[in-house]
Amino acid sequence: MNRHLISAGDLAKDDALLILDTAEELARVSERSIKKLPTLRGRTVVNLFFEDSTRTRISFEAAAKRLSADVINFSAKGSSVSKGESLKDTALTLEAMGADAVVIRHSASGAPYRLATWVHGSVVNAGDGTHEHPTQALLDAFSMRRRLGGLEGRKVTIVGDVLHSRVARSNVLLLHTLGAEVTLVAPPTLLPVSVGSWPCEVSYDLDAVLPKSDVVMMLRVQKERMNAAYFPSEREYSRRYGLDRDRFAKMPDDAIVMHPGPMNRGMEIAAEVADSARSTIVEQVANGVTIRMAVLYLLLGGEIA
Amino acid sequence: MSDSRAVLEAPDIHRALTRIAHEILERTKGAGDVVLLGIPTRGATLARRLGDRIERFEGVKAPVGSIDITMYRDDLRRGPARPLGRTELPPDGIDGRVVVLVDDVLYSGRTVRAALDALNDLGRPAAVQLATLVDRGHRELPIRADYVGKNLPTAKSEKVKVYLEETDGRDAVLLMKEGAR
Repeated sequence: MNRHLISAGDLAKDDALLILDTAEELARVSERSIKKLPTLRGRTVVNLFFEDSTRTRISFEAAAKRLSADVINFSAKGSSVSKGESLKDTALTLEAMGADAVVIRHSASGAPYRLATWVHGSVVNAGDGTHEHPTQALLDAFSMRRRLGGLEGRKVTIVGDVLHSRVARSNVLLLHTLGAEVTLVAPPTLLPVSVGSWPCEVSYDLDAVLPKSDVVMMLRVQKERMNAAYFPSEREYSRRYGLDRDRFAKMPDDAIVMHPGPMNRGMEIAAEVADSARSTIVEQVANGVTIRMAVLYLLLGGEIA
Repeated sequence: MSDSRAVLEAPDIHRALTRIAHEILERTKGAGDVVLLGIPTRGATLARRLGDRIERFEGVKAPVGSIDITMYRDDLRRGPARPLGRTELPPDGIDGRVVVLVDDVLYSGRTVRAALDALNDLGRPAAVQLATLVDRGHRELPIRADYVGKNLPTAKSEKVKVYLEETDGRDAVLLMKEGAR
């Protein structure tokens, strides 16, 4: 494995499988009464969050603590960043505090790459702009593998706001590495120009793709990034690209529904679909802690070069 | 292969395990409370074999599980992060039971130390005992085995390799001189 985890595309198939297999064993730790391992005792993990994200931060924090690492949470609000400190100066401060790993969430795509050139510890990308969110892709792959048994040849459909979604990009890259076939479904305005070079298919017709899908992953409509008219109205979007009861019925009987959360019930996904037994939305959260434990263990558990 | 020799062949291993199973039954007065926990990979295989023998001899079903010690090792920082083995406890757990840890080779004792730490996070056994197929000496910690298949005097430069049918296609214990593979 590399020293950093910045892009899901950096993971070779062996690396990705090692992370998933490690997580499979670590999942058992969450089932015991003492949910803690001594492995990262004396290591320091800094959560450096320039963008709000409660669930990802908490997930990383829980993962680090279950491995006995010391956790420092650094959020941009009310910190030196709001006083005008640059990313580099923040990084050097963390470096001086002896951070063995920095988990970074930033609104600018590529911020983790810059950070990795300034600090000695491992950098874990917890979401950078509209670029990538590799641990989300890993936990999605882990959730799929646990439900479906394997990913080779599985058909995964990712629906919605691909343009603003770092989750979609990371998932396409990782799922391709793991041998799954990905189809993106979105209005043309919500697909990035570069999508032709991604290792996946593209469709504009959700109803045609659903019957052939093993997994349907709904993306959140990111209202906070909707600074242009990408679709006529929320109602029309929901009618054409939302997963409602009728569309759910068109999916194969053993196909599963995923959502990275937070979801807009009634918008991209109907409440009864989100709450159905074939939805993995709640287990994705639990699997998030497990997969992040696996990543932190594999990056920090051994010798640090 | 010229400077490695087999110190135990398949029949020797079978006899040693049979004797250990009888000893466990004898010392625990029928193995009623016994849980066998093997240390992956080969310890877990040996634990299953001991469980089968105990059931065959006295009709007692001793629960069998495995306990991975990777996360508790004291030498984790000396190499890249290691892949994990499986920890699988019997459904009734280990609280109040007599846990017999099973490993293939007892050497420095550091693996067993790690297993005791791991056990501490999994429950509170009434007692913990240790069974090993081969005891090759050179302890670095105050740890001893309760059941030993074979005491094997070795030099520190030598290597002991255990092969088992289930994982390696044959049963044998080899002693290898330095540099041999």
